[in-house]
Amino acid sequence: MSKKSYRAAINEALRQEMRRDPTIVLMGEDVAGGAGAPGEQDAWGGVLGVTKGLLGEFGRERVLDTPLSESAYIGAAAGAAATGLRPVAELMFVDFVGVCFDQIFNQAAKFRYMFGGNARTPMVIRTMYGAGFRAASQHSQCLYPLFTHIPGLKVVLPSSAYEAKGLLIQSIRDDDPVIFLENKMQYDEEDEVPDEAYPIPFGEANLTREGGDVTIVAFGRMVKIANEAADRLEKQGISCTVLDPRTVSPLDTDAILECVQETGRLVIVDEASPRCNMATDVSALVAQEAFGALKAPIRMVCPPHVPVPFAPNLEDLYVPNADRVEAAVRAVMGFKARELA
Amino acid sequence: MQMNRADLLHAYRTMRTIREFEERLHVEFATGEIPGFVHLYAGEEASAVGVCMHLTDRDKIASTHRGHGHCIAKGVEVQGMMSEIYGRRDGVCGGKGGSMHIADMSKGMLGANGIVGGGPPLICGAALTAKVLKTGGVAVAFYGDGASNQGTTLESLNLATIWKLPAVFVCEDNGYAEATSSSYSVGGGQAKRAEGFGMPCYEVNGFDFFAVHEAAGVAIERARNGDGPSMLHVRLARYFGHFEGDATTYRAPGEVDRIRAEHDCLRRFRRVVTEASLLDSGELDAVDRAAAEAVELSVRGAKAGVPPGDADLLTDVYVAY
Repeated sequence: MSKKSYRAAINEALRQEMRRDPTIVLMGEDVAGGAGAPGEQDAWGGVLGVTKGLLGEFGRERVLDTPLSESAYIGAAAGAAATGLRPVAELMFVDFVGVCFDQIFNQAAKFRYMFGGNARTPMVIRTMYGAGFRAASQHSQCLYPLFTHIPGLKVVLPSSAYEAKGLLIQSIRDDDPVIFLENKMQYDEEDEVPDEAYPIPFGEANLTREGGDVTIVAFGRMVKIANEAADRLEKQGISCTVLDPRTVSPLDTDAILECVQETGRLVIVDEASPRCNMATDVSALVAQEAFGALKAPIRMVCPPHVPVPFAPNLEDLYVPNADRVEAAVRAVMGFKARELA
Repeated sequence: MQMNRADLLHAYRTMRTIREFEERLHVEFATGEIPGFVHLYAGEEASAVGVCMHLTDRDKIASTHRGHGHCIAKGVEVQGMMSEIYGRRDGVCGGKGGSMHIADMSKGMLGANGIVGGGPPLICGAALTAKVLKTGGVAVAFYGDGASNQGTTLESLNLATIWKLPAVFVCEDNGYAEATSSSYSVGGGQAKRAEGFGMPCYEVNGFDFFAVHEAAGVAIERARNGDGPSMLHVRLARYFGHFEGDATTYRAPGEVDRIRAEHDCLRRFRRVVTEASLLDSGELDAVDRAAAEAVELSVRGAKAGVPPGDADLLTDVYVAY
């Protein structure tokens, strides 16, 4: 066990799994970098250095730089997965899914069902998401609700370095296509991470904090934001449960419902655009399955329904933060039933 | 590959089986008993069979929405296919795929595909598997002139070249992408595109089984030897509409009748092998009868089959809701 960054944890998961299983290959734009160029090889190791060093150990046979052709190589990952490899393809920014979505949702996601159980597609798409990087509208989105909408895909949102390593190992070992979303703001965040390989099972939410007053369900980077708010609220005498679902497909609905049964109040923190996102999904679930347990209306903390803006002041206004979470918790705590009348 | 009598009989039997299968579906579909829609391959048999005769189960193919011929040529069982098209539980995909998604991984058939241009990227991946795992296999993408205009196809030609993949791209140019002529929709031409992406293109008369077989042999051997991908541009014709029910008013009056009379690949095959005394009419007639019987049996089997059970709705996929 030692302190490792989110970036290093992902790199270590890839390295350990590639050592274990020779059918794992990496592919993506500049996952090594320098292919065919006169200068340094492994020049980038991924645009933010996540796959750095893997070329040296595994060579160009297994660390494949691709042309800027997401349709071709994401589709190739699906074809390779269906025929005996276990590819980990990197879609540099999730925003680029627009040019290769067909390969994901019409091809990879559907093979097993559509072919009557006679195919498996063990592939992982690693991709970066999230705002805060001053990267503007086409490099800052979340988009995980799009994948969650598609039957046949599994969708993973690691909230820390520890989570990232264990969930990526599970993603690689899974026999279905997995979308593994890395928050680009978290690559330098450090955490205690075991040196050995460990899988974290899908569909088992992580209770990051227990409290009796309000349940906060948060996704990805928002788990840290929610805990920051919960720290402050604790000092004010409001105790929160903070639940990290870890995976949104499958979703640990039992854990969510149990927490809501205990606290009777729910705040959901989701960085994805507010229509048809995880917050609305969880709200619907709780409204249907635990209506009687609610002491106050559900509150959702999400960005406004606008593209991610560039100007730093606007972007900061856009992303949910601890202040907004704190305000939402206070609102549900302050709710009185007579207000409905 | 030199063809002996058994090979010739196999080629003819496979082409005839495809023709019977499709002609019969044309009739059966009109009765309304088959759910959804079907796209028939009749007329194009020489392409699927001429290519797939060079392949074994370790080799992979990806097909199109017009996939029945490729499936039969790659060895998928006719009964399993027919039952699938009728939506039966004992169909090759358990009734969950249908005409446009027939697949049989055990035969290296990665699926018909409802998305035009869906196959070529998958074939790059299948070829990558063959290369990385050193299976000696090759991967073949069948696609139409319509799909030749998809970015996925063009990206795949490039990827296959730069990764030197054991892949073959078979462009089956039947002259029409749905209801639009390829003379209108294709800029530059297929051979020039292949050349632009650094691979050879073999221009092939798709009515001539022997021409397809010879060119495919060269392309597949090249892939197997590690010399990279090739393209086959196969010109042929479909005898029916884009889908069943298509009135094909966009075609010239008498166009299909003329092609059937002058160019039919099965008739041409018969003429060549009988004139060269390689096979005689009697044995070819026997193949015709056997193929008709096999298809007849498959239709009866499919009609008598049962649909998937309600519980099958939720199998073969992760479900939580």
